[in-house]
Amino acid sequence: MMSTAWAILRKDLQIELRTKESVPAMALFSVTVFVLFHFGLQRNALEGDLAAGVLWVTLILATVLAVNRLFVTEREQGGIDGLLLAPIDRTAVFIAKAGALFLYLVLLELIAVPAFGLLLLEPDLFKPLPTLVLLLLLADVGLAAVGALVSALAVETRARDLIVPLLLLPLLVPVAIAGAQATEPLFSGNQAAHELGKWVGLLGLYDMVFLLVSIAVFDFLLED
Amino acid sequence: MADEPLLEAQGLERRYGERAALADVSFSLDAGQTLGLFGPNGAGKTTLLRILATLLRPHGGKVRVLGAALPGESWKVRGRVGYIGHDPLLYRELSGRENLVFHARLHRVAEPRVDELIAAVGMQRRARDPVRELSRGMVQRLSAARALLHDPPLLLLDEPYSGLDPAARELLDPLIGKPSGRTRVLVSHDIDAGAAECDIALGLRAGKQLGLGPPDRAELRRLFQ
Repeated sequence: MMSTAWAILRKDLQIELRTKESVPAMALFSVTVFVLFHFGLQRNALEGDLAAGVLWVTLILATVLAVNRLFVTEREQGGIDGLLLAPIDRTAVFIAKAGALFLYLVLLELIAVPAFGLLLLEPDLFKPLPTLVLLLLLADVGLAAVGALVSALAVETRARDLIVPLLLLPLLVPVAIAGAQATEPLFSGNQAAHELGKWVGLLGLYDMVFLLVSIAVFDFLLED
Repeated sequence: MADEPLLEAQGLERRYGERAALADVSFSLDAGQTLGLFGPNGAGKTTLLRILATLLRPHGGKVRVLGAALPGESWKVRGRVGYIGHDPLLYRELSGRENLVFHARLHRVAEPRVDELIAAVGMQRRARDPVRELSRGMVQRLSAARALLHDPPLLLLDEPYSGLDPAARELLDPLIGKPSGRTRVLVSHDIDAGAAECDIALGLRAGKQLGLGPPDRAELRRLFQ
């Protein structure tokens, strides 16, 4: 199964590398939103809960863009039939799509987080960076699992662009809460270890639940 | 089980919402035979082909493909049919060869088979060009190569010669045509060419079966009137 998932993931990355449809759009969107917040809030720098909220909401909204595109090549180029005709475990399709989304999110964050640090963040980004990276990676697993599931659900609908945010954003509320709550002390310099542990635990639980649910139901989503 | 037909349908039904796309369709096909599906647009030919390919679920009746009952045993059929549909099932941004290597991996077929088929469909010169830069006929040739990668015992062909010039048609004939000796289900709008290709003709109109038997060109023409 893992070799099939790798074949599908490699194909998706090859196509993304050539079309540049997802990651550049996500990155550009995020930087634009930071600029908008900069002017909208009429503040040169943010800290604490406001900074954490702006960062997480921006990343989650950028995720919607990638989720919208995740299954589009399969739909527009008939690739989904090719996958359905092959003697493969369909969980491999989920793993590949979630894996692709996870990589897109990591690439997005490599651009968006430094941009956020430069454009909006008051405190120094370097000190809280290791903890922030851990939080982002944990959140990315959940975002990727839920994103792949929602993308597969929405791809066969006519109003895909509408369905994806309507389904995805409510499901991502726990990520926004845990991410922002865990990040707030990092951006205000009063980090409390036990509080951080609670939110990391919540993100881990979210990842596990949605990975298991997605693997359990993904097969049925691809059925006629 | 040697006498069991390769394909068998009894009272097959399929609906899209309230509309019946197929109603009470029955036929059987032995190994090495070709079943031709004829009928005007919207007759249900593509729906029937997609059911046999396990891409659509039947809503009624019984269907057996390669000995497996659908939809319950669809997993036994996957990887054993070669399907050429309206979509080539090729990614436009990848080259023809990259597409075939990808499908070969899904079907666990060794890479030399890819090059063998690229040569067989006469695409060596353009195999490394992105599919989006190829003509319709070239894409159709690659689509045929994709369908044959895993050497399937059953071919499901939806107008496989559309967009092909006579030379390309001649090239594909030993691979997917009657000379291939494969068991095939063939959708064709060309009555003369289609009738020459098949052993049994199934006439459909608005989802209803209007005839089944050896191809009779005059009768097939009446389907379209």
